[in-house]
Parts: sequence; C-alpha cells; structure tokens
Amino acid sequence: MLDSGFQVLTAIIFLPIVACVCLFFIERPSTVRVFTLIVSIIELILMKPLLNFQFNTTEFQFVERVAWMPRWGLEYYLGVDGISILMVWLTVAVLPLCVLCSWTYIEKRVKEFHFCLLFMTSACLGVFCALDFTLFYVFWEAMLVPMYLLIAVWGGPNRSYASIKFILYTLAGSTVLLVALIAFRIVGGTFSIPELMTKSFSFRFQFWTFLAMTLAFAIKVPMFPFHTWLPAAHVEAPTAGSVVLASILLKMGTYGFLRFCLPLTPVASEYFAPMMIAISIASIIYGGAVALGQDDMKKIIAYSSVGHMGFVTLGIFLFNQRGVEGALFQMLNHGITTGALFMMVGTIYERSHSRQVLDNLGIAKYMPAYIGFFGLFAFSSFGFPATNSFVGELLVLVGAFQANLWIGAAIIPGVLLAATYMLRLAQKLSWGEPSSFKQGWKDLNFREWVYLFIPAVFVLYIGLAPGLFFKTMDTSIAGLISDFKAKTSAYAIETQKAKSSLAVAGIEDPLDELKN
Amino acid sequence: MDFRTELILPEIYQTIVVLLLFICSIIDNKRNLAVTRWIPWLAFIGIPLTLVSIDCEGDLFLNAYRIDLLSQFFKFSVAVGFFAAVLNATRQPTLEHGRQSDYFMFLALSALGLMFLASAVELITIYLAMEMASYSLYSLIPLRAQERQAAEAGIKYILFGAAVTAIALYGLSYIVASQHTTYIKDLALCEWSWAKSPMAVIGLTLFLAGFFYKLALFPFHFWAPDVYQGSSNETATYVSTLPKLGAVAILIRLTSMLKPGAEIVSILAVLAAISMTYGNLAALAQRDVKRILGYSTVAHAGYVLVGLVALTREGFAAAGFYVLTYVLMNLTCFWVVCRVAADGRNLDLEDLNGLHSRAPGLALVLAVGAFALVGLPPTGGFMGKLFLLTAAWDHGYNWLIILAAVNTAISMYYYLSMVIHAYTKDQTEAALPIQNEPKFSLVWGGALAVSVLALGVIPAPVFNMAMKAAGTIMP
Repeated sequence: MLDSGFQVLTAIIFLPIVACVCLFFIERPSTVRVFTLIVSIIELILMKPLLNFQFNTTEFQFVERVAWMPRWGLEYYLGVDGISILMVWLTVAVLPLCVLCSWTYIEKRVKEFHFCLLFMTSACLGVFCALDFTLFYVFWEAMLVPMYLLIAVWGGPNRSYASIKFILYTLAGSTVLLVALIAFRIVGGTFSIPELMTKSFSFRFQFWTFLAMTLAFAIKVPMFPFHTWLPAAHVEAPTAGSVVLASILLKMGTYGFLRFCLPLTPVASEYFAPMMIAISIASIIYGGAVALGQDDMKKIIAYSSVGHMGFVTLGIFLFNQRGVEGALFQMLNHGITTGALFMMVGTIYERSHSRQVLDNLGIAKYMPAYIGFFGLFAFSSFGFPATNSFVGELLVLVGAFQANLWIGAAIIPGVLLAATYMLRLAQKLSWGEPSSFKQGWKDLNFREWVYLFIPAVFVLYIGLAPGLFFKTMDTSIAGLISDFKAKTSAYAIETQKAKSSLAVAGIEDPLDELKN
Repeated sequence: MDFRTELILPEIYQTIVVLLLFICSIIDNKRNLAVTRWIPWLAFIGIPLTLVSIDCEGDLFLNAYRIDLLSQFFKFSVAVGFFAAVLNATRQPTLEHGRQSDYFMFLALSALGLMFLASAVELITIYLAMEMASYSLYSLIPLRAQERQAAEAGIKYILFGAAVTAIALYGLSYIVASQHTTYIKDLALCEWSWAKSPMAVIGLTLFLAGFFYKLALFPFHFWAPDVYQGSSNETATYVSTLPKLGAVAILIRLTSMLKPGAEIVSILAVLAAISMTYGNLAALAQRDVKRILGYSTVAHAGYVLVGLVALTREGFAAAGFYVLTYVLMNLTCFWVVCRVAADGRNLDLEDLNGLHSRAPGLALVLAVGAFALVGLPPTGGFMGKLFLLTAAWDHGYNWLIILAAVNTAISMYYYLSMVIHAYTKDQTEAALPIQNEPKFSLVWGGALAVSVLALGVIPAPVFNMAMKAAGTIMP
C-alpha cells in the first residue's frame, strides 16, 4: 500500500466542510461565490498527490485507517482503487462547474446554497473513499439533506413534491441498507470492506443481503421500477442541483453495486443477474421511449439518464471485463455529458425562462456557440463515435454480445432510441421556427464558455484517447472479476459436492428452502 | 452497611435544592426572589456533583438502594437533562410570577425521584421513587396560566397515571406472592418462565406497565400527545425527556433478570414493534408540533426496547446510550419550540414558516434536532440507532430490526415537515416575532445541537461509559 504521508483523502473530504463553516462569516453574496470558487480550485490543487496513483495494483491506495470506536469496530478507514478514483476526480471536478453555472441562476439565499453545495461535495467524496461500511453509510446518508434542500429551496414551482419524493424514496432504500450493514457486521465480524471482501458468506445470507443492498442502490441509480423520483427531482432542481444529481449522486448507486454486491455477495449476484439484466434492459428501453415523448428539456435528459444508467447496471451484471469497464466508462461519461447538458438547459433557461422545447425553438440563429456545444453534448449523449459515450456504450455492447447474443440484440433498440430523442431535441433547438422574440439575447458569455468548455474537452479527450482511463481502471476491474469468478466457481463446486452427497442421503436441494 | 455520604452526594444536593425552593415558596409572594435568576446555576452545579461519585459502588438502606455505574450513569444523565430543562423553563411566559418557586420545586423534586429510581434495586423502593417522580409532575402539568387545556391534560395524566400505578402495584403483589422477595438481586435467581411460575410472569408484566406508562409505550401512550399539547411548552419539555431516563434505568434492571426466550421478552418485542409503528403512523397526521413530538416519543419508546430485548450487555448499553441521546435530541427540538412560541402558545407547523429568515440559528438547531430524531448521520440519533440495531441483531428478533429500519423511513416525513416549514416556506403575516434575546437562545440551543452532533461524531466516551455501566449488571 502506498503511504504518501500527507493525508490527501481526509484533506479533500474535510476542506469543503471547513469552508462551510467559514461561509457563516461571509456576508455578501458575491464574496460567497468567489470564496466557494476559490475553495473548489484549492480542492483541485489538493488532489495533486492522487496523481501518483499506481496503475498496476488492485490494492487500495492512499489508505488512512484510524480507530473511531474500537469497542464497536468502527473505523475511520479511507482509500481508493481504480474504481473509485475516477469518481473522486469527477466529484471534485464538478464542484467548480456547479459554482459557475449557479453564478447568476441562484439569486436568493446564496450563502445557504453554497453551503449545501460544499457539504454535498464532502459527503459524495466520503462515499467514494470510505472503506468502512458504517463510514460509507454515514456519508451516504449525509448527502440526503443538502440535496433535499437544494431541490426544496431553490427548485421550480413543484419543488416541494419533488423534494419530498426524492428524500422519502432514497431514505426508504437506505434504511434497508442499514439492516444489511448490521447483518454484515454480525456475521462477517467487521465493518471493514476490504476484510469483508475476503470472507465468504452462506448463500442464504447473500440472498437477503443482496436484495437489501440492491433495493438501496437500485433506487439511487435509479433502475426501472424505482425511477419515478428522478424526473421529478431533475425537473424541479436548480441547474447545479441537477448537475450534482446526474453527475455524482446517480453514480453512487452503481458504485455500490461494484463495491458491495459483486465482491460481498458474488453468488447471489450471479443468481440474480438475469433479473438485474432484465431490469437494466427495461430501463434502457423504457427511459429512451419515455424521453421521446417529453416536451420539457430537463425531462428528456432525465429520462435519458434512466436509459444511460441502464447501460451501467447492465455492464456490471455481465460479469466480464469489457462489461464492467464499459459500465465504469459510462458512469464517468454520463457524469460529464449529462452534467453538461443540464448546464446547457440552465443557460437557456436563464434567457427564456422556460424549459419547454417549444419555447426555445430555432436558437441556432441567435446563439451559434451555444448550439455548437449543445450539438457536441447531444451527440456524445447518444454515443456518437469520437465522443466519450461511444467508448462506454461500445464496451457494454461488446460485453453484452460476449455474454449472450440476445442480450446484445435487446439493447440495440435502446441505442437507436437514444439517437432519436437526442437528435429530435437538437434539431428543434437549432432549426425549428423561432418561437419567441429573442432580439436581446446574447450568446454565451465568458463564464458560460468556461463551464461548457471544460466538459467539452473531456468529451473529446475520452472519446479519442481513452487509454489513460483504461490504464486506471483495468487492474482493479480485472481483480474484481477474477475474485468474483473464483468465489462463484468455488461455491458451484461446493454445491455440486453437497448435492451429490445430499442425493445419496435423499434430501432435497438446499435452494428449495428459499423458494417457499 | 457502610454509609458513606459521597455515595449519595447527588441526591443530597438535589434534596437541598428542593428544600431551598420550598423555603422560597413559603416566603411572601410579593418579595422578588428572582428564582429564575439563580436556579439554573444550582442545576448546573449538580452536573459535576454526579461525576464525583461516578466510580463508587455500594449498597445502602438495607440493600434497597444500590450505587453502581449504571445508577450513576443515569443520575448524570438526569442532572444534565435537569439543567437543560430548568434553563429552558426560566423564560416561561405562561408561568405566573408568584408560582415560580413552586414550579421549580416540583421540577427539582421530580428529578430527585428519578435519581432515586436510578438507584433503586428493590421493588417497593422502585415503586416509591416512581411515585415521587410522578406526583410532582401531576401538579406541574396544570400550571399554565388560564388554560383550560392544561387542566384537562393534568386530569388526564393523573387519572391514567393513577390507574397504571394501581396496575403496577397489583403486579407487585403477584411477584411477592409467587417469588417471596422484592429484591432484584434475589428475583434474578428465580424462574421467569410461564411454565414454571405463571403468576410471577403476570405480576412482572403488570409491574412493567408502570414504566411503559412513563415511557409512553403502546398501549400506555394515550396521554403523551394530549398532555404535551395541554401543558405549557416548557413543562412538556420536561415531561417528554427526563422521566424516560428513569423508566429505562428500571427497565434495564428488571429485564436483566430475564433469560433469553422468556415470554416477557417476546411481549416486550411485540409492544416495541406496535409502539414504533403506531407512533410513527399517528404522527404523520399531526399539525401541532408538540403532538408530533408526542407521537415521536411513542415511537422512540419502541426503539429503546429493541436494545432491551437483546438481553445482552451491548443491548443494555445501547439502550442507555440511546435514551440519553433521545433526551438531548428532544431537548434540542423543544428548545426551539419554546423560543419560537414567545407568548407560550402551542405551535402549529405553520408557525414555523420562514424561521430561516427570522431566526437562522434556531432554524439550524431545529434541523439538527429533527434529523437526529430521524436517525440521520452524523448525529447522535444515527449512532444510537446503529448501536441498538447492531446489538439486537441475531438474538431472535431480526424482524424487529427490519421493522425499526422501515419505521425510520416513515418517521422521516413528519420530522422533515418541521424542517420544510422552517426552511422552505415563506413567512406568513401572522408569524410570531422572536422576542427572546438571540444570544441566550442561540448559545444554549447551539450547545444542545453541538452535543447531539458530538454524540454522533465521537460517541466513544459516552458509549464506553454506558458499556461499563451495563457491565455492572450483565458481565
């Protein structure tokens, strides 16, 4: 394990919280904005030691481990591997963009807004870095309240409904996660995730804990039957809220699958994989089909998120190298592209005060730069070659075809749907009959250029040269997959043995117990 | 019997406070004694005094009164809670000036009864201590100027209380008749299964009812919302917090006599399940903040019992930790309620509208208190719940734990509605101005909120103390 001496993870997690406290002493809204922006840039600078990340090991790196409550086995235990480090980078990179895109959008209660934003960042970073199950849960829950407030205070007209729906859904999911956590503690004897990964649990135990964790993660992702909170939340949330929600929050669910379900409950994951794959395909098709019928730009992007996240969960539950790589790429790409699309909607909303497609027709004439960016992100969204999403979707497709021809075939319509709804939106925005008087409109200003240019760079960079990212994630994913395969095949051999001995004794399959 | 004064120093001090207040109350009313000025200081001095005897151990008064870490842990909690409750009650708008010394005398007397309760290890002593804590409350509740609801609440509390006391006494007679002793030490050696001694099981169940009443556990919860609503905000603060400490202390002592699998444990588990579910569901429909908190008490009584049914040292420690956390969280919420209701009225949820702009500090304190009651990290409420559920897992009541977790999600809605009104609704015209000086309300409200957060971030010191305390009865 690598020890850099400087506790970089603690530093990046707690800097935003310290900044939150400092916010109390700042009065002027403009100072608050500048202060938060500076903090977010310092945060990026603090990340510098993370550049020393070792690519060729599956070990957790930058580990910090301090006893928190020895008597209960709680630890303050942080670390990153190839799976989580990309999410950490994404989270830190999104913060300054959120500050920039809310610069004029947020007019009331500016201080509280930035408080929530900083607190969210801390909690999200904590989720991705935590290696202690309880610590993970603490951060996982801690981000509920600021996200709730982001929607409930600065949201649109229907914000109270959307925010309550968001918090009740996610909290309902995570309470079951708490039970799973406790069960792991008692049965596995520790809260430490790396140690739990080395243990193997009985199928019955895996069965129930997998279901409990999956409920929590599936709501967060959100997967098909649990997705209804997402469009509501996205539509009502302010731009920065939508960006955080799309770029980071949704990733927490899929990250949970990778970090907990696959390593801790491998046999149950394999057992439930057909169900998870079916739900993922349903999410892809359903999300795309519904997005096609929306008039609200944010709703289109929100439903497209459901579809994109379907690709991620599909990739994860294919259990092959390409599939999981694709899932991780897709997590990153969705964070960049969808985040950028939400910022684009925010930009246009500040001018037209409407998110309806029909109110914003034909703006290419007035805002060529805007449409240029929009086109890029829209193309990226449906996985056009040379953009980032192409890499992710292609990998998932390859993985799907590797696993089973029919799974691959089933998601092709989803890919087509994505192109359809995104092109429909882009076409209307750029070449529709201009729907309202837009004489006074200005094209993008410098600030808007900045926050759209940064994701645009990454769209093309990942699309054209994804090598660095492959290098980062490959070893960890290979480790994850081989560990998974080893565990499931060990279990298969065991049950085979048990079955043959049971058959001799004339006792029924132990699985039957569960089917009752 | 070796009698050492320092063993019962907290009780002696509390008795002196009561007597002092008694003297004040019989002095001519017209003299300005400024009770509210100095009583918080006296209450504050009580806190370090409970720490003096924290490591002592001893049996007093024919072994009916036991000083051990468990009792001292609860006495410390009572002293902390008493200080906060007194501080809260000093600015009581609905308390007539002439009645101030009476009010605080009864308050102190009730706290004294709770301290006795923490140490009582003999059933009749327990009974007497419980009555002492209750009788003072019977007279406190109607003390709300010109309020008919208060009288109604007072009568309700007395009638229900008297009935439950009678039941408890009746149960006591069964226990004595079948087990021939009233000392918990000896009772612990007796059989408590239905098959061997049915009479004792009935007796103990009925006796426990007395404490279920204090704890507002289903089916003895009727009084809680009504009494909270009827009594003044400050009295409700006390009633909803400190008596729980005494009740849990005794429940820990009594359930520690039982063996896993005893029928009474199953009864406790079922009552816990009904209590938390019913409390949370009923709270959803409330509009009055105090009624919401009243039903939340019912739900929390259920949570605490989760730790008890485990019948392990960890479980008892978790219950002790949780009840202390609960007292602090509830004090935090009530602190804001009392400060916002500057004229002593009952608060509707609408009265909290726009609190974020009127009193941003209080709004934050309320948010911390409410989210702690839900059990969200990083507050003490989360840690307490984590300890409770972890301790109880794999002791035969896993369904109860899942139910408790599901209940957390239900309870989110009504606690959140307080925060919604405070943070997202705009101020209405009828909104109350905040009259109390912000420094006083901010500093102490902030202190309460910080203590709730501290229990969540660094729970180790308090929890280790609770563990040691539980170790005295269950090694």
